[in-house]
Amino acid sequence: MNRDIEFLIAGDRALILKFGDGIDGSVNARIRAFTALLESGKIEGIVEAVPTFNSLSVYYDPALISGKRLIKKLSALQKKSTGKVFSESVTYIIPVLYGGKYGEDLCDVAKHTGLTPDEVINLHSSKDYLIYMLGFLPGFAYLGGMDSRLNTPRLSSPRTKIHAGAVGIGGEQTGIYPIDSPGGWRLIGTTPVKIYDKRREKPILYKAGDKIRFESITESEFKEIENLVKENKYTVKTLGGSSDEH
Amino acid sequence: MSIKIISGGMLSTVQDEGRTGFQSTGFSVSGVMDRDAYRDANYLVGNFNGEAVIEMTFTGICAEFLCDGVIALTGGDFSAKLNGALIPRYRCVKVRRGDILKMGAAVTKMRAYLAVRGGIDTEPFLGSRSTNLKIKAGGYEGRKLQPGDILPVGSGENCAPFKERELPEPVYSDEIRVIPGPQEGFFTKKGIETFYTSLYTVSAESDRMGCRLDGEAVENHGTDIISDGIAEGSIQVSSNGQPIIMLADRQTTGGYAKIATVITADIPKTAQKKPGDKIRFTPVGLETAQKEYRKTENRYRKLFLED
Repeated sequence: MNRDIEFLIAGDRALILKFGDGIDGSVNARIRAFTALLESGKIEGIVEAVPTFNSLSVYYDPALISGKRLIKKLSALQKKSTGKVFSESVTYIIPVLYGGKYGEDLCDVAKHTGLTPDEVINLHSSKDYLIYMLGFLPGFAYLGGMDSRLNTPRLSSPRTKIHAGAVGIGGEQTGIYPIDSPGGWRLIGTTPVKIYDKRREKPILYKAGDKIRFESITESEFKEIENLVKENKYTVKTLGGSSDEH
Repeated sequence: MSIKIISGGMLSTVQDEGRTGFQSTGFSVSGVMDRDAYRDANYLVGNFNGEAVIEMTFTGICAEFLCDGVIALTGGDFSAKLNGALIPRYRCVKVRRGDILKMGAAVTKMRAYLAVRGGIDTEPFLGSRSTNLKIKAGGYEGRKLQPGDILPVGSGENCAPFKERELPEPVYSDEIRVIPGPQEGFFTKKGIETFYTSLYTVSAESDRMGCRLDGEAVENHGTDIISDGIAEGSIQVSSNGQPIIMLADRQTTGGYAKIATVITADIPKTAQKKPGDKIRFTPVGLETAQKEYRKTENRYRKLFLED
């Protein structure tokens, strides 16, 4: 598990540690294992670390540590890494009301994929998606593991406003819009849960390495959850919290 | 103490050093575009603890002071007048309750900074008072300043003792120093040569997210990468070959190849470029850049510690 990482110089205050060339779960697991090690390592001068699909950006203060020295320290840390992930991975159950005005492109996705709308919903909500990374917007999760039968190209002309909570499919990816935003994904449903909520101590629900499972709900369940969310009384259901190994 | 905004100018926001520590969940860093002008302004009024200031873009604010206080203006020359009389920049100025500060349009540079002794004391969000316009959080209600806004100012009890302070204004050249990479390999030899020999013009499309450049296209082998982190000063090149220097409001991650990264010491200079200004890139090594960085940091440390 002790494969080499490539160090890319991203200016005088950042290094990009590249763990592999493609997008796959095992590379991402190594990144998470290394990130956990980095967090416990307490190297002086590190400001923050941002995991992405196949790399980890490490931001640092060159007044406290030089780039050269940091690369040495990170290489030494990497040699210690076993690739085992000790940070907790939580699975969040995200309730989604599919179709209708809550997911106006559901029928288009069904048509494109040759499935019925119910089949689209079943395929979309039948598995766990790994959060590879967060980026683009606060709380925007890049998810891996969508069933390839659901692949649908993005809209040729993006919408200028997509509402927070919209669940969409764009190419081979699926995800949730955490805030109102322009976007080109096909919208298949909406979650009443707030992925980004300023009122919470941790405003973003999840972190890279956690998992998401979508659960199909009815309109009355949607309204009920929506009201609880408004009153800040809804707790998202979770599973696990166990550490996984790769 | 508080300040009443009479007019907000083009884009005036509350900013401090930025919101670090939350990029892994997708929060942009935000913060001041010109960190040197920001620190100069705070130094001049005795704000030694990273207080928030008002950053103005191209046109300034008009505001009334609702109490006595001390202010300082740095960055661009926006023809600031107090009760109709021009006031100096890069030195502290006493104001009295009822005084009207009226700023005009930029005569030099692109952004001006107003520090008030005690700091702009809006509610911090995730540890920072910086305005994040995209998610409407931080600063004053997460938005640019508008007529009628009342900005609270800190008591100043944590400030350095008052004294008359002044600083020299930095002088900037057109040359912007960069460290090659992280993805120079996505560009052809010819493209890299173009990048380092062309004179680029700052486009009117530039904003707090990025300084967009017009000029000779940088030839590349395709600039789509698997998304990774975007450091401040990263120079992305999209498929049309035009470079964008990513600044304070940049996204945390992105999928365009980055040919080079502006060194930290030259970020303020970059942030002060106006549409139509010229930029030339010069490559330097990591050690040179970090030496420059430490030089700047030591200068400020001395300024604040030995005051």
